[in-house]
Amino acid sequence: MSQALKLDDDEQDLKYVGTRPVRPDGVDKVTGRAKFGADLHLPGMLTGQVLRSPHPHARIVSIDTSKAEALAGVKAVITRDDFQDMESEFVPAGEMMVNYRDVVRNVMAREKVLYEGHAVAAVAATSNSIARKALRLIDVEYEVLPHVIDAVAAMAPDAPLLHDDMMTEGVDPKPDTPSNVSKRVEFALGDVEKGFAEADVIVEREFNTKPVHQGYIEPHACVASMSEDGQADLWCSTQGHYVVRTHCARLLNLDVSKIRVTASEIGGGFGGKTVVYLEPLALALSQKTGHPVKMVMSRDDVFRATGPTSGANVWVKMGATKDGRITAAEAVLKYQAGAFQGSPVQPGCMCAFAPYDLENVKTVGYDVVTNRPKVAAYRAPGGPISEYATESVVDELAKMLGIDPVDFRLRNAAREGTHAAYGPKFGPIGLVETLEQAKAHEHYNTPLKPGQGRGIASGFWFNIGGETCVTLNINEDGSATLMAGTPDIGGSRASLALMTAERLGIEPEKVRPLIADTSSLGYNFLTGGSRATFSSGMAAVEAADEAIKEMCARAAKIWEIPEDAVVWEDGHAKPAGDNAGKFDPLSLADIADMAGKTGGPIGGAARINAKGAAPSFGTHMVDLEVDEETGRVTILRYTVLQDAGRAVHPSYVEGQYQGGAVQGIGWALNEEYIYGEDGRMQNPGFLDYRIPVASDVPMIDTVIVEVPNPRHPYGVRGVGETPIVPPMAAIANAMENATGIRFTELPMSPPKVLKAIEDRDGG
Amino acid sequence: MSKYHVSTTINGDPVEYLCEPEQTLLDVLRDELYLTGSKEGCASGDCGACSVLVDDRLVCACLALGAEMGGKKIETIEGMADGDELHPLQQKFLEHAALQCGICTPGFLVAAKSLLDRNPDPTEEETRYWLAGNLCRCTGYDKIIRAVLDTAAEMRSGK
Amino acid sequence: MAHIVLMGNLRQYTGGESEFDLDARTVRQLFTMLSDRHPTLKPHLEEGLAVAIDGQIYQDAWLEAIEPDSEVHLLPQIAGG
Repeated sequence: MSQALKLDDDEQDLKYVGTRPVRPDGVDKVTGRAKFGADLHLPGMLTGQVLRSPHPHARIVSIDTSKAEALAGVKAVITRDDFQDMESEFVPAGEMMVNYRDVVRNVMAREKVLYEGHAVAAVAATSNSIARKALRLIDVEYEVLPHVIDAVAAMAPDAPLLHDDMMTEGVDPKPDTPSNVSKRVEFALGDVEKGFAEADVIVEREFNTKPVHQGYIEPHACVASMSEDGQADLWCSTQGHYVVRTHCARLLNLDVSKIRVTASEIGGGFGGKTVVYLEPLALALSQKTGHPVKMVMSRDDVFRATGPTSGANVWVKMGATKDGRITAAEAVLKYQAGAFQGSPVQPGCMCAFAPYDLENVKTVGYDVVTNRPKVAAYRAPGGPISEYATESVVDELAKMLGIDPVDFRLRNAAREGTHAAYGPKFGPIGLVETLEQAKAHEHYNTPLKPGQGRGIASGFWFNIGGETCVTLNINEDGSATLMAGTPDIGGSRASLALMTAERLGIEPEKVRPLIADTSSLGYNFLTGGSRATFSSGMAAVEAADEAIKEMCARAAKIWEIPEDAVVWEDGHAKPAGDNAGKFDPLSLADIADMAGKTGGPIGGAARINAKGAAPSFGTHMVDLEVDEETGRVTILRYTVLQDAGRAVHPSYVEGQYQGGAVQGIGWALNEEYIYGEDGRMQNPGFLDYRIPVASDVPMIDTVIVEVPNPRHPYGVRGVGETPIVPPMAAIANAMENATGIRFTELPMSPPKVLKAIEDRDGG
Repeated sequence: MSKYHVSTTINGDPVEYLCEPEQTLLDVLRDELYLTGSKEGCASGDCGACSVLVDDRLVCACLALGAEMGGKKIETIEGMADGDELHPLQQKFLEHAALQCGICTPGFLVAAKSLLDRNPDPTEEETRYWLAGNLCRCTGYDKIIRAVLDTAAEMRSGK
Repeated sequence: MAHIVLMGNLRQYTGGESEFDLDARTVRQLFTMLSDRHPTLKPHLEEGLAVAIDGQIYQDAWLEAIEPDSEVHLLPQIAGG
């Protein structure tokens, strides 16, 4: 079983894992050849477009599509009437629990529109211009309702209700009046009151963050083609094509086997491409018209109608003794879920104090619906928000106690055997290593100039495994083809090829990794939770081991010795020892060449639920200066230190660290959804929703710490999520050191910074 | 609606196409000519994923009309490699792992080529400002900037 | 007997009881025993739970073995971006 796989016997002897070859999909991506979601053209293809609500909250009185349907070139119009309603219940969808009553309402509004941008109808037409004209001919009568945008406001007793039947879960006794709070959750260890009583110093703070979008550069896009007998092909940009298949089969009432989903190259996801928006609509339009239908979102659609992550209100209280031991930690988190329940407040609670060894800890979370697009996962969902707040307070405690912030964290850091604040004991983890290396780093020991500030913060994410399938074919010339089912967003094909090559003992260039469609492999959970390299890598190693076993068996037959007298070393079958007999080693290519004559093609496959995922901790350090005339913050220097377990392809591990840090810089300094009084988003474009550009940031230095995960054959932990956790607190802590001001609101954009400086100076 | 007939040059080849008055150059490249290497990230000139050269000038193809391209010289990512030989920038992007998802990569390459055509020895700051019109959400720009500077150094040394 | 700890909201369905010693040998046996003991807990055990056995988190792993001296935490399921 893969779960029992041990670390490669001789760790020092890894030949390919840890090297930096050119990625297998690289040339296609530098030549424009790679096909992303919007790049597929099929003969007879129609274009599909969506009519979206202009109101943040309204009852749909009527929808009249007759004029649009009469327009020449319009082939079909769909509305809520084209989707059957679903029960309100959480049912398993792949590995997730999903309430399809909400999903069917999010892809197409039914009784009400719940946010500006909510889909109300969709058309398929022969050209973009005709489709646009058709949308203008659809008459929707709305009864506009009062709306609520902010989570705290939505919790007020007189707030407009989004869902008349939403009773808060997790409250005893269960309430009998509806509210916008879908759920209250609580995690607790020990006794926080006792802990605070033991504290010499206590810090209590309230923080506010704004929703931020994943900001993938490729808008959602798909092409659907359904035949008259209900067999469908779907091409789309997604992090999980099996999950798309599950959802579409449910929403369109089709057998899973009828839908084949091919994952296009994906132009960024960061969690945002784990749900369906266009795909069920495109399938329904294709079903209705008998033509392939392509749908592509505009950037405006992406901002208004797809999931950002939550904005939140977070209250934190922590106490410590004079000698720097944290005695108690408590937090209350109120996360916006958007129009339907399901913010990442639970993982937010679990992450909040995860880096620390705490006896007394309590977190309470509220999941709050508001008239905004339903949130979607965004890199370490929930963690960056709560850890921004807690890591700010940790820094403040250290300062009050006059202890170096790295030393303070080291004194309280979680280690192997620590009970995590969310319950279980940690296995081997690398937090202490990141902190120790931070302290010793040249960056940390370089003096600052006047007016500059330095901040540090740590961060945590769980990482996950899950259902995973691969097949590996040993080709007749000694090359190998690996089919995996986790869409490759950041270079995972490169890491899978390296691990497969390492195991087989052939050069990585001999392994061609591809992402299979949903009909070519068994179920794969999506690429998310930092699981692709971990899980598909584990499966690839298991498949390689199966192929190796078969190749050894073939060699044994040829040599006429027992199978267990053959070993696999460095890409060759060899006699296990002198007693096994004297035979010249047979290379993988030799055995592949003879495969037809010795029993048939050789390969391996793995169908696993990948277990043994292990958390990744990181520590970030940043230097910045603040222009006190304008409030503009300049990031001068940035270093990321994170435990990768093992970096299979270090360049792409560094890339994850650097990319996460810069997304975090955007979250900290600029990015936010801005709503008017009318409940409409005012900045739905990259000009006004400003993500960092090249001139905003310095080089991002990285230190890859390697504390191997003993449960993975190459020690992999998964690295994609954690890098976005520490930046906001690291920057806020640096801001405090630069200006003397503790910023408790994100983003720390120039107007807010300027106002804070004026308040400071004006008394 | 009658369409415009346009004769132009794309990646050195004479090309004729028909387009609607409202179609952008990007629409024409992608939807009429199937040159899908230029990407649409925003359709408002903010992301640079559709960067192309028109008469040697760096342009967002989403901001130019297809009907205006008569007699112009258009260069896209598809014309950057010379046969089976990658442009030095393409090679350096691969070596430096200067891409993750790759959606912004064609735009960055075209924009970077335009920079090096003008300035064979840019500083890091000049490079960052020149490429500030190209958004990348994956890499944090570090490896992209290094790849461009390394390409410039190698091209200067005449390799 | 394995030591079982309910985290998060699960303890609301057990009348506040959050720690048990149970002779469960697999995750599935554990779920059955907990359901028998606290029928109100049953639907929540079927709803996206993760199980940490001696610190290692498992999701959707009914057949995972629990040792007699194991420490088992029941947690909300974890996904990711």
